[in-house]
Parts: sequence; C-alpha cells; structure tokens
Amino acid sequence: MASESTPQQLLATALADGLAQIEASDSTDALKAVLTGLTGKKGSLVAIRSSLGKVDDLEARKALGQLVNEAMTTLEEASVVRSRALRANEFAAQIEQERVDLTELAMSAQASRRRGRMHLVTQATERLEDVFVGLGFQIAEGPEVETDFYNFEALNMPPSHPARSMWDTLFIESDIEGSVVLRTHTSPVQIRVMKEWPPPIYAIMPGRVFRKETPDATHMPVFHQIEGLVIDRGITFADLAGTIESFTKAFFGPGFTSRLRPSYFPFTEPSAEFDIRRPDGSWIELGGCGMVHPHVLRAGGLDPNEWSGFAFGFGIDRMAKERHGVEDLRDMYSDDVRFTEQFS
Amino acid sequence: MKILLSILREMADIPSDPEAVATALNSLGLAVETMDVVGTPVPGVVAARINRMEKHPDAAKVTRCFVDAGDGEERHVWCGATNMQPGDIVPLATLGTKMPNGMEISRRGILGIDSEGMLCSEVELGLSEESDGLLILPSDSPLGVSPFDILGIEHDVLFDLDLTRNRADCWGHLGIARDLAAYFNVELRGPRVQVGERGAPVAHAVTISAPNNCGLFSVASVSGVVVGSSPRWVAARLAHLGMRSINNVVDASNIVMLETNQPNHAYDASVVSSFDVRLARAGETLTTLDGQVRDLHAEDLLVCNAATGVGVGLAGVMGDLHSEITENTSTLAFEAAWFSPDPVRFTAIRHGLRSEASVRFERGTDPEAWNLAAERFVTILRETCPDVVLHDGTSVERTSSCPQPIVVTASVVRIEKLLGIAIPNDRISQILNSIGFVTSIDGDVITSVVPTWRPDCSQDVDIIEEVARHFGYDNIGKTVPNSTVHGRLSNMQTRRRALRRVLVGLGLDEAMPSPFLAPGDLAIIGLPEDNVLRIANPLVADESILRTSLRPGLLRSLRYNQSHRAPRVGLWEIGHVYPKSNEQLPDETEQLAIVVAGASVEVALEQWNALCDALSVGAQLDQSRVPAGLHATRSASLTRGKKVVGVVGEIDPVVLDALGIEGPVSLLEVDLTTVLNEEPKPVQARDINRFPSSDIDLAFVVPESVTASTIQRALRSAAGKRLVSIDLFDVYRGKGLPENSRSLAFRLRLQEAGGTLTDALIAEVQQACVAAAEKAGASIRG
Repeated sequence: MASESTPQQLLATALADGLAQIEASDSTDALKAVLTGLTGKKGSLVAIRSSLGKVDDLEARKALGQLVNEAMTTLEEASVVRSRALRANEFAAQIEQERVDLTELAMSAQASRRRGRMHLVTQATERLEDVFVGLGFQIAEGPEVETDFYNFEALNMPPSHPARSMWDTLFIESDIEGSVVLRTHTSPVQIRVMKEWPPPIYAIMPGRVFRKETPDATHMPVFHQIEGLVIDRGITFADLAGTIESFTKAFFGPGFTSRLRPSYFPFTEPSAEFDIRRPDGSWIELGGCGMVHPHVLRAGGLDPNEWSGFAFGFGIDRMAKERHGVEDLRDMYSDDVRFTEQFS
Repeated sequence: MKILLSILREMADIPSDPEAVATALNSLGLAVETMDVVGTPVPGVVAARINRMEKHPDAAKVTRCFVDAGDGEERHVWCGATNMQPGDIVPLATLGTKMPNGMEISRRGILGIDSEGMLCSEVELGLSEESDGLLILPSDSPLGVSPFDILGIEHDVLFDLDLTRNRADCWGHLGIARDLAAYFNVELRGPRVQVGERGAPVAHAVTISAPNNCGLFSVASVSGVVVGSSPRWVAARLAHLGMRSINNVVDASNIVMLETNQPNHAYDASVVSSFDVRLARAGETLTTLDGQVRDLHAEDLLVCNAATGVGVGLAGVMGDLHSEITENTSTLAFEAAWFSPDPVRFTAIRHGLRSEASVRFERGTDPEAWNLAAERFVTILRETCPDVVLHDGTSVERTSSCPQPIVVTASVVRIEKLLGIAIPNDRISQILNSIGFVTSIDGDVITSVVPTWRPDCSQDVDIIEEVARHFGYDNIGKTVPNSTVHGRLSNMQTRRRALRRVLVGLGLDEAMPSPFLAPGDLAIIGLPEDNVLRIANPLVADESILRTSLRPGLLRSLRYNQSHRAPRVGLWEIGHVYPKSNEQLPDETEQLAIVVAGASVEVALEQWNALCDALSVGAQLDQSRVPAGLHATRSASLTRGKKVVGVVGEIDPVVLDALGIEGPVSLLEVDLTTVLNEEPKPVQARDINRFPSSDIDLAFVVPESVTASTIQRALRSAAGKRLVSIDLFDVYRGKGLPENSRSLAFRLRLQEAGGTLTDALIAEVQQACVAAAEKAGASIRG
C-alpha cells in the first residue's frame, strides 16, 4: 500500500463513495446492485468491519465498530430515500406510457355492444303490472285463441246477440262455424279466473287481442289490452270508482284524477267509461268498466247473491304510444332496430 | 246520431246554453262526439234579383250577372255557377262580407273587370255540405233581406252523439229529451201535436201472416193531402240531420221518425189500402227505393198490398220504388209498425242495406208510439196542407210477439249494496218516474213498470243502472275495497321477467311481429303446414293462418333490418304459437325464439347457457335429432329424455337463401310453457372444502364421430365423488393427428372431502379416467 490510511479514513471514503453511488443509481435494479456492493457479504463496508480485528485497542475497536454500523445505517437510509424517488419516477413513466383517450374508448365501447331493448308494449305492460301489484292485484293469463263461449256467451252475449257487432271478430275455421275465435278482448280471462281461482279475486289480465281491422296510425289488427277484475263480498260501484282513482294517481301521478261516465257493455251493469284528467285540465278517455253483470258471475260459477265485483279494461298500446310520442302505431310493430334502439 | 238542440227544446224547457246541454248529455251516458253551431246568419248577404246575364268572349266558364239588391243600384258580379237565369232571386254577398269559411268578399274580378260581390250557394252560406249551384230563393222573396230570414233558417246547435247499443230509445229526439228533462228537472212535453178535428172513421184491412216477425201493424187514414214542397224549417232540419228534402209528405214522415223514433211509411191510399205482412216467397223480388232489384230470401219480411199480393216494402228496411206517392196523391195510408229486431237485422245484413228505419227497428222501437207518430205526422203536414184530416179508426193489428209492458222488482238494500251509497226511497222513485218507469216502493221492494220504449231494461240491475245514471256517477263517491288479497307476480311471471332481463343483457332487442302468416311461410323455412289453424275471415289472404312457430316472423323482421342497412341484428320474441290439436282449442303454448344475424351456433349456445344459469334449468344437446329447418350438422334438439324443450343451432343455409337473408343466422328456441313453469327448489348451502385441491390435465385424441359430451361423461363417472369441476380447456385439429380426429384437453379439479389428496390417489384417479375415456373411443395423447 502506497499510503497507510487509517481505518477511519477508509471508512469515511467508503461512506462518501457509497453515498455518491446511491445517488447516481438510475433504477431500482441498479440501486439494489449498488447496495449489495456496499453492504452485501462482499461489500466494502463489510470488508472494513472484517479488518477491525487488526485493531488491538479494544476501545478503539469498539468505537470503530460503532462508526461502521452508523455508516451502514446511513447508506441504507440513503438507499431507501433514493429507492422511493426512483419508484416514483418509474410509476410516473409507466403512467405516462399508459395514457389513453377515454373518449375514443367510450366510442368503441358504445359500438361494441349496447344493451338490448324490450318492446314498448312490454315496457308499458310491466309498468302497469307493477302499479297493480302494488295495489294488491295478481296477474292472470289466458289463451289468445278462444271459444265463442268465453269470448261472448259467458260475457252475457248469447248467440246472435246484437252487441257482438261491437267487435270486428276474426273467426278460426272449425267444425262448428264460429265456435272458435281470436279473442277480441281480454275479458274472456275474467270467466276463466272466476272458474279457476277461489274468490276473493283481485286480478289483472294483460294480453294480446285481435280485431278484423286494417292497420293505420291508431289501429292494429293485433294489439294489447289490460283487464282488471275484482270479486269479493260487498264490492260496490264506489269501490270501482275508488280503485280507478287509486290507479290513476299511482300510474299517472298525484296531480291526475279520474271520473266515470255512464256507458254500456253487455258484461257489466252499471257500466261506465273512465276518463283521466291531466293536471292541465284536459281529459284522456281511457277505457271501460262497470259492475260485473249477474249473468257473468253465474257463467263464472259464482252466486251473485254472495259475491259482487267490478271489471275494467283499457288499451296498453296507446299508453306506450302516448308516453313516447309515437306518431304511428305501425312504427311500434315494425321491428325496425332504428326505431327500437331509441328506447332504453 | 245527430241531434238538433231546437227540436230538443221544443220537447222540453232545457237550457239554451249548448255547453250545459253537452255536459248533461255526457254525464247521462249520451257521449257527445261533436257539437257544431249551424245555420248562423251571415251579415252582409242579401237577396238580389238577376236582371240580366252576359257572357264575356274571353271567359267561357264564368257569367257576368247584373243584379238588383233592392237599393235601386245595379251591381256587376262575376259568377261561375250555371243553374241560374235572369229573374231568379239569389243570395248576394256584398263587398266586405265575411263568409263562414273566413273569406272576405273583395272587389277583385277577372279580365280587369271588378266584381261587386259574390252570388252564393248553400255550401258557401254554411247551410249544407253539398250543393249543385247557386241557392235559388223563392220568387216572391223581398230584395235586400237576409236569405236566412226569408228561408226561416234557424240558428241551431247540432250534436253528434255516440250512442251505446242499449239505448234504442235515443235514436229519436224524444228519448234524449226525456233524459235531459229528468236531468234538468223540467217537464217533458214531447213533440207538439195539433191534429184539429178528426175525420170520420176509415178502416184499412191488415193481416199479419208472420206473427213472429211483426208485433204490431197500424194504419191511419189521412185525407186532404196536397203533395208539394216542405216548409223551410222542415227542409233545414232534415239537412242538418243528414237527410234530403223530398216533398212535404216524405219529409214529414222522416221528421216524425227522427223525433219519435217510430219509422213509418205513407202509402197512396188509392193504390194501397189493405195490407198483408208476410214472409217473402222463393224467387220473389222487390225493387227498393234506391233502385236496386232485391232477390228476396224466405226469411225476409214483406209488407204487401193485400189486394194484389204484391210487396210494397221490405218490412222495417226500405219501401218499394213503385209504391211511392205521386204528386196526385191526396189520401194516405200511414203505416207505423213494430217489427222484431233480429229478423230486421238479418235482412239488412243479407241485403247490405242499412237504412234509417232498419237501424231503429233492429235496436227495438216503442210498440206504443204509433198514435203519436200519426198525430205528429198530420201536425207537420197541416203547415202545407191546411185541409189535411186524420181519420178516426186507425187500424191496429197486434200479435203475440208485440212486447208487453213488464214489471221489474228491485231492492232498495241491493241498490245500496251495489252502488255503495244509500239513496233515499223518494229520490229513487222520483228518478225512475221522471224517465217513465212507473214506480212505487213498499218497504225494501221497488216495483217498476218498464216503459215500452226501453226494451233494454228487464231485470233489477237495469233499474239500478238507471237510478245510478240519474243520481249521477259523480255523486256516488270513491272508496277502496278492503282486500285480503296480496298483490304479487306468480313464479312463472317472475321467471319470465328474469328471462327478459337476461335477453336484454345479451344485447338482444325484443321484436313483436304479427302472429298471422301467409300460406307457405312455414313451408319455406322447412316447417310443416298441416297442423295450422286458418282464419275463416282474414283481413287479407297474406294473413290467413296462425303461426305454429315464432321463426317465420322473426326471420322476416331480421330480413327487413338487413335490407335497411342493419346486417347484424339480434332479435328475440316471447309469444304464443297455436298448432292445431285434437281439442276445440289449439295446443297454445308460450315460446321464446332468438335469431342473430351473422352469428354461428356458438352464440346460440352461449345464450342457452346464460338462460340455464339465470333460470336454473338444463337440457341435453341431442345432435342426432336435427330440428326441421336447421343446419343439419350445426344444430341440436334440447331434450329431457324424450321430451324436446327447444332447439339450438343455425338456420339451414337453404332456408336463408330462399328468404334472401345473409347468413349465418343463429337460432335458439325454448318452450317456455315448460321451462318457466318449473319452480327450482332453493339451493341448500354446502360447506366450502378447505383442503387443497389438485388439477390433472388430460388430452385425448377423439374421433369426430365421438362427441365431447361422451368423453366428458366418461371422465366424470371415472373421477367419481372427488371431482370438483371438469373443463374442456383446449381443442386442436390439424397436424400430428389422425384424420377425422381432434384433440380434446380436459382439466379435472379433484378434492378429497376429509383431507389432503395423496399422490397415489391422484394417480389412481388419472388411470381410471384414461381407461374410461379410451373405452369411450378416445386415446390418450402421448
């Protein structure tokens, strides 16, 4: 050795050198290597520590050992600081590298797959069902191809009853001419429910109905109605008016009210039309209703002296049409996705 | 039904305010469709005489008229009409007049020559909806006076009512006036009747040979008739009510019908004086007033001249053309009858002849209105025939089919129980009496004689409805039933809603094509057509059969979208199909179908898996049973034992080609009547096995003839109860494999219930699996 440096000098040099190396390392990997070079098994500081055995003076050896430990701690601390800075730089670089244009991604996300759409009529039907379920009703369903009995006769329209002409009926070819029809209204389900469900009955009956009608902006040969039927002990006309009122407020909103006007249906008496009054004072003519006719109760197997009830019905398609401002009903049945996809 | 306020107000002192009347009509159930003010005078229009007419050489289509409006000044007016001649008195709209259509009369003429006004037609004056030239006023009309005054045209209000089927009585003004009089609590006078002194009795022989069809036939004798034109008010009212003025006799007859709802007919008594009402004979014909020769049916009813046996009218529908009165007629046989509703309706339908008379008879007329009708008829005729006489001894023949007044009893308590409000007894009887139901109440029992003009009322609810109607629906109140029933969706309905949300979540749009198909629509997609229902009276031939499958409708919608630049749509429908059955009604079931354009069977399988997961259902894929109309090597039936619950695959390319659809198109069909009605039991929780699991990967070479499910089944059963899951994680076809084979790689996860799996056990399972797979036709890949 050219010059005899003291262990203290060696230590100071190694420490300064180490700190410089830590500061100069430009990646966490490089830093790790530097640290190993200093404090690892073959590191320079470990070498200095090993050389302490040559110092004879116990006190001096202790002091030196203390200095080496301090130097090692200093280097480790410096490396932690450096490492933190390097990690921060690396994350910043990664983040910068991963930059995307979210508007671009949003566009391709939109293009890839939108949610499907339920038909407007289905949407309207579910909304109506929900309101009626909330009012305590259950939901009944029935066949769309019906017998003359259920569609007419049981509804107080015996064969050749003139009121049958109120509906333009589509008939099915059958052995007995006219005995099978495409149901002209959802009312036949009333009879089926009376026969199958034990009273009391609080039921709504949504479904598809058919008329021999040329399609135009407001009429379709195939459309949808919802029917309501309540059968219980002591049911009154006032209960009918009150139920229509509850439905009006629940479905349309608290600012809406309803009224009943006398009308005629073979299956109800007294019969009424019901109108909804908008908050602006204008009226919507919605549907028909009335007290179930005793003949109909009997056809359903119920004793009119024990049970009374009311029924009501209206079109579903029109609800959808008016809610969404659809000008022409035919558009609603076009299955054109350009029309459908508007309504999420 | 058109109704004039003026006629109603002659019958009862109801308010003159049309709005008040409309409100009353609506709340009585006589719905007002439209309400129009008619016959409003047009200020500035005066009667003027045409002094002379000239043609202009350059204007062939118009005439120059020089008119005198009574102020001594001759005005020049251009006129496009052709029905006038010099000397005629016509309406002149003077300069500045505002016409009913909004036009203001200005000086502007043609060819540089001004027009000092306009000569008017009835249409231009708002008096009718059609006319064929100028309105020619009576030759003695004073010049300069409003034609409205000259013609006695009444300012009137016309209501168009949408009458319900039960209110037969409201086809006459009288029935409506009766309801309104009760509503406004005023006296009902009815039509004004003033017949003067009756003439000596004259009888007409009447025979009713068809007693089931004719309940009453009355003939009144009327003499001193001079046939001429009607008073202006008669013509004006007829015009407002949609009928044309013919002559004073026919017009009076029509007014009587419109007022009293009693159709009637006036015959020339010198031609027809005795009557036989009988059914038509085979081969008989009659020429109705509209000029058409009608081949009569054995169920048509005829009014015949008893002297000749020849028909003079198709009873209740229309008169005979050759039996009309003439200008020489001076004595009349005035018929007012009651015909049974149904036979009249069937005759009207058979002959496609719906007349003012038939619509009334088929609803049911009042069998006791015949005398009022005759008296009102003569009252009107007296205005134009001062010497007209109604003779005593009107012949009235009745049969057993003539409706008799009926007595209905009802209960006061029942009214309260049905309406939900207690109405005092005196109010009940006041209401019923005010509309002609002669009523008394004894304790709880209401006894009411139903008036003959109300054929719709025959039982207690009819009486209750009348009470409710006149009590006012608005006065009944609103209550809510005290229900013990709880609202909810059924299991099936809940599952259907869940299914809809799955479908929407898969990005599929709901379609709702028509359930009507054309013959051939099923055949073209490879489905049978021998089990379809046919519509007996379809709107169009293209919509004459009912679908047995949702596929034709959805494919049509798919094609529609493809042809409108949406090549890759995915559509679903949940709807009914109606295949024929051995019962009266078809085997109607609810089905789901999904089609996706540009998608292969994998997409349909993904959809099926999503459905199975959401609804906790399942089925086997049976590729040996290829569903009709599907791609033969890329489709399968969804089966449970022998039962087929659906199909999955791709539409047969041959079908797509025939329909002009760009393929491939995936298809999934599921029988929802089966699948939605299932109610899966709630899954019971199992403890999580916390012991370590081990995976073994096995790759096999499998001939194409052996299905993946066969190998999977073999592995599953060989691995036994230690198997947690088995996944097909790799499929490879190509180099290094024998022809017509592929490599299928399965990963089996194994776990022991009570401890850690030993290597020995894993090896044992692996050996068993390999053996089982090889037995099933696979060979382990080296």
